[in-house]
Amino acid sequence: MGVEILMPALSPTMTEGKLSRWLKQEGDAVKSGDVIAEIETDKATMEVEAVEEGTLTKILVPEGTEGVAVNSVIAELDGGGGGAAKPVAPGHDTNQPQQPAPPAAASPAVGGTAKQAEDHAQVAAKGAESRPEASARTEPGKAQAEPDKDWGATKPITVREALRDAMAAEMRADDKVFLLGEEVAQYQGAYKISQGLLEEFGPRRVIDTPITEHGFTGMAVGAAFTGLKPIVEFMTFNFSMQAIDQIVNSAAKTLYMSGGQLGCPIVFRGPNGAASRVAAQHSQCYASWYAHLPGLKVLAPWSAADAKGLLRAAIRDPNPVIFLENEILYGQTFEVPTADDFILEIGKAKIERAGKDVTIVAFSIEVGLALQAAEKLAKEGIEAEVVNLRSLRPLDIDTIVASVKKTNRLVTVEEGWPYAGIGAEVSMQVMEAAFDYLDAPPVRVAGLDVPMPYAANLEKLALPTIDHVVDAVKRVTYK
Amino acid sequence: MAQAAEAASAKRRGRAAKDPSMSRDQLLQAYRDMLLIRRFEEKAGQLYGMGLIGGFCHLYIGQEAVVVGMQACLEPGDQVITSYRDHGHMLATGMEARGVMAELTGRIGGYSKGKGGSMHMFSREKGFYGGHGIVGAQVSLGTGLAFANWYRQSKNLSLTYFGEGASNQGQVFESMNLAALMKLPVIFIIENNKYGMGTSVERASASRDLSKNGAPWGIPGEQVNGMDVVAVKEAGQRAAAHCREGLGPYLLEMRTYRYRGHSMSDPAKYRTREEVQKMREQSDPIETARKSLLEGGTTEAELKTIDDSVKAIVQEAADFAQQSPEPPESELWTDILLEAR
Repeated sequence: MGVEILMPALSPTMTEGKLSRWLKQEGDAVKSGDVIAEIETDKATMEVEAVEEGTLTKILVPEGTEGVAVNSVIAELDGGGGGAAKPVAPGHDTNQPQQPAPPAAASPAVGGTAKQAEDHAQVAAKGAESRPEASARTEPGKAQAEPDKDWGATKPITVREALRDAMAAEMRADDKVFLLGEEVAQYQGAYKISQGLLEEFGPRRVIDTPITEHGFTGMAVGAAFTGLKPIVEFMTFNFSMQAIDQIVNSAAKTLYMSGGQLGCPIVFRGPNGAASRVAAQHSQCYASWYAHLPGLKVLAPWSAADAKGLLRAAIRDPNPVIFLENEILYGQTFEVPTADDFILEIGKAKIERAGKDVTIVAFSIEVGLALQAAEKLAKEGIEAEVVNLRSLRPLDIDTIVASVKKTNRLVTVEEGWPYAGIGAEVSMQVMEAAFDYLDAPPVRVAGLDVPMPYAANLEKLALPTIDHVVDAVKRVTYK
Repeated sequence: MAQAAEAASAKRRGRAAKDPSMSRDQLLQAYRDMLLIRRFEEKAGQLYGMGLIGGFCHLYIGQEAVVVGMQACLEPGDQVITSYRDHGHMLATGMEARGVMAELTGRIGGYSKGKGGSMHMFSREKGFYGGHGIVGAQVSLGTGLAFANWYRQSKNLSLTYFGEGASNQGQVFESMNLAALMKLPVIFIIENNKYGMGTSVERASASRDLSKNGAPWGIPGEQVNGMDVVAVKEAGQRAAAHCREGLGPYLLEMRTYRYRGHSMSDPAKYRTREEVQKMREQSDPIETARKSLLEGGTTEAELKTIDDSVKAIVQEAADFAQQSPEPPESELWTDILLEAR
């Protein structure tokens, strides 16, 4: 019996990829360490190395196939060993062999030995078990974002493309706008958000920085004081902690402390929130940290339309804006208006799904979760209204309150910790504005109040699921 | 070591007296500017003692030659940024004494409408970008001002001041690396007044020559007698020329001294009264300039006229700072965010 070669995961958040090229053909002899294929994800092209010896007997996925799911069988090898599935080890990024991989996008380090391969197979198997749930949590859901007003024709693009298009459009319109951060230029972005920007705008406006967040953030804030409009990309928001003094004490407060003389038109953007299997330092939500502060605006897009419309608004805004993206959403596709002037207003929430029985308030990736929960609830006869916050500061409390006055019930959903979280704030504001309309105490669904664990089973337990939202809705509807 | 520094300083003083790099008129102007800072700070100390100024108040007395000498090297459009010991810098850039003093008393007539206080004042018109309360933060920000000059392809430069205490901050080294990497037009000025609050430089910094702190990145540096306005100006001109030629950042370590405590609430027990007295008697920047002017033929009467005019400006500022009303309560809610246009 042959050994099955599986589609490897090349990054913690990869769920599928394109099998771009086979370097070995059926009948070829393969040694451990040989590069047998190239795989393309939305981030990079990677080489796949064999970990077993034998002859390639069957290629099951022809080259050029897109959307090959991780862990699906792509080829068979005759050779030693039992019948157990053997994954292959991802090799080096063919584009940037010498670059250290970005922390959250690092390939799993898998060596070439059989023992390590076995270990990896076990981990992969466990990962596969958890995948249906995990993917259920992260799928965009059936509902597609509808722009608030009719912007005319739309086309499907990914969140990643939407962010890039928004920056490119604003950079074309205003020479004062520039992008700086780690790996944004030559590497094309650690998460490939800035792909093509260096080519179009050149090194004056797309600037690679050393890995020194404190220094380059302060530098960008100083440049913004003179009227330039920097976009600072944090490789992830975890690293913005190195620079938080410059964001809090310099960017957010100087307008006030100068009696209105010195504004700071700047955008801080990057992936925020839980990634996948990267543990506590690289997997957390900063929404409530930044939303706490007067002097900042804080946005958290969910769909590609949110991403494009809100990022353009953020870049044009004369104030410092924290723009919280989500790595897991980058590759997801949504309909986005094609109109050149498409933009969204900061401070407006969006009803993603209308319903009469309960209001579910969510932001960023949890909007997708809330929509999926709403579908499930609909089958049980409960119609949930899902509010996509889009903006965390300012908060569109009017839209939330109007919804609660209709449904009389509130559930908040967030990935971050519950303590002093966005859900706490939303619930309190609803109680202040519409206490008499509530037929049940609001319920928060949030990440558990623990540092994010690495182990797959524990990580799953730490994050909100569809069932958590369904249960919370049942609590507030007494069903 | 202190003796050696003083000997060197005395030597430079002698040279400065005859130095043609400052004309008599320029030296007279520098004398007047330094004196304005001195008298202003003395008055601020007085008002603080009377309870009219609150919070932290860091006086610049003793260090006047640094900002006055450096300001003489600037051209229109250049930027200045510093820490919280900022009154002298503001006066040197030409900001009005009354607006600074009224900010100290927290009044609407202050540069920040009373919302910033001693450590946080700004004037875009005069190229003064603060006034920053977090030790070292202004160094990254000042590098950003230089970045903006680079981005706009102007010939302007950024004067970025910080103390020897801040010079140990991580972001200072990050900024030096960025500035050198991108060849940004910034003059890093370490005002080494020997004490970061109560900790002497020897106890805080393993570097014995702070002018070499940019050496790993190839940033040229000089130690300068910061008690001598002529020496400061000369070094400043070398640094400015370097920046304007597009050669990148420059570092000046100003050897200076503050006569007062770190802030008004600092009893300064970490140094002897004699040490302070000796500096005042032997190295005072204003006395040095005064002697130099008298030797050069300026009369006592001319200097007296300057003294009187400075005193009048400061008195007017103090009066204004007490008469200007407190900000109206509506100011609580303004200047938090700008309206999107």
